[in-house]
Amino acid sequence: MQPLERYASIVDEFDAFRAACDRPLPSVVRVNTLKASIARARAALDAYNVEYEATDWHPGILRLEERGPGTSWPYFHGWLHGQEEVSVLPALALDPQPGDVVWDACAAPGSKTTQLADLMDDRGVLLGNDNNLGRLSALRHNAERLGITNLVVTNQDARNFSFKPFGDRTDDENRIEAVDRALVDAPCSCEGTIRKNPDALDQWSMDHVESVVGIQKGILRRAVQATRAGGTVVYSTCTFAPEENEAVLDHALETEDCELREWEPPAGFETDPGITEWDGDEYDPSVELAHRVYPHRNDTGGFFCAKLEVTG
Amino acid sequence: MTDPNTDGVDGDSPPENDGHRFDRLPATAAEREVPGRPTRAEVVQWWEQRYGIPPATWEEHTFWEKGNGKLWAFAADVVSPIPVESLGLRILRTRQEHWKPSTDAVQRFGRAATENVVRLDRTEAERFARGEDQELPRWDGDWGYVIAAHEIADGVEPIGVGLYLHGELRSTVPKGRQEDLS
Repeated sequence: MQPLERYASIVDEFDAFRAACDRPLPSVVRVNTLKASIARARAALDAYNVEYEATDWHPGILRLEERGPGTSWPYFHGWLHGQEEVSVLPALALDPQPGDVVWDACAAPGSKTTQLADLMDDRGVLLGNDNNLGRLSALRHNAERLGITNLVVTNQDARNFSFKPFGDRTDDENRIEAVDRALVDAPCSCEGTIRKNPDALDQWSMDHVESVVGIQKGILRRAVQATRAGGTVVYSTCTFAPEENEAVLDHALETEDCELREWEPPAGFETDPGITEWDGDEYDPSVELAHRVYPHRNDTGGFFCAKLEVTG
Repeated sequence: MTDPNTDGVDGDSPPENDGHRFDRLPATAAEREVPGRPTRAEVVQWWEQRYGIPPATWEEHTFWEKGNGKLWAFAADVVSPIPVESLGLRILRTRQEHWKPSTDAVQRFGRAATENVVRLDRTEAERFARGEDQELPRWDGDWGYVIAAHEIADGVEPIGVGLYLHGELRSTVPKGRQEDLS
């Protein structure tokens, strides 16, 4: 757990933070309203005596008492999807609308992608991309089970994502050359998943953090470029390292036409602001608008989430 | 990336289906260029004739073929052909004598079905979800691919696709989706 000691200076109630990191996470499911209303999904869980408690900030995000979601009728029907509670945030921040063109740059295995489809009411175009072909099959399987029809799955390196397959620079009336919104849920050092994977930090090293930072910066820059002026980009990770969070935002603000925007998580969900100084570096003051999620605040995994507007 | 030559190897032969990309289905037979490719009209009509699913169900969707006879429904429209990993939801297997709907299609769109829906009781539904075949002599509807359904939370919900033959209901729930729910 050594890596977490780095954050003693920036996390309030550090002992509570450390204690929360040692507790396992509850099993959480999200209702897929493309197939069933929240009321019907909950009625089915009640009918089959599956115990759950709705989170106090969303009636369709349910904490299960015991068994995993895979063995119940509502899950079989695709009415539910297992999704860690905190990972619901970036799609809410992105706020996609039915009819939008949305790019999920690092989509697999798809819990956030399928949530985006739900928020879009399965209308418009949702581009779900991942560079890992093996993980793509999990994305496809999840999307199929949930009955999603607005998803296009691509297998590209997000840093150089090309719209060429979509008719870029042709005169086809159905071409796609830019998106309205993009989600960059970046590959990261995953420190915040320690409650789910107790060995998440075994492979942790500063070298790894530094290597993943380059990828994060590349993907976020491409996402800003791929989004139309006035469009929205959300950047998220499941890690605490400022190098992978505020520093990546700072880099995008410096190199691309974008600005941080304020975004309020649902009432009852407590977050901490982004930090502007770390390890001798100073970041653009607007990164304070980003949200740090610490496990002891809401009894969730750790997370980072920021909303940007494309200005150029 | 995309092969610009969609006219086949030799200029005289008709275009063929290319399994590496998605092609939008022609609206009608008059617009068909690839031999054997089903038309949008045929697909919509098939769902209506076989299951009573209203044509309006598909109004917002485009239909695509990738692989020989595998049809997909997509919620919007994009360029055709399009070389991507997947496009919407795989709904139907065609280019064979009996068209076969997918589990995913039936679960998503089968609630609108009025014909060839086999209602199962609790034990039968559990068997079906496990992927087991079962005797079901009470069914006096059509043979072939039927929608297996059960009652849950005050409504009838499709479970998947069954193949009904000789008094037996075979479950076609894919291995990766089979579940012991008893």
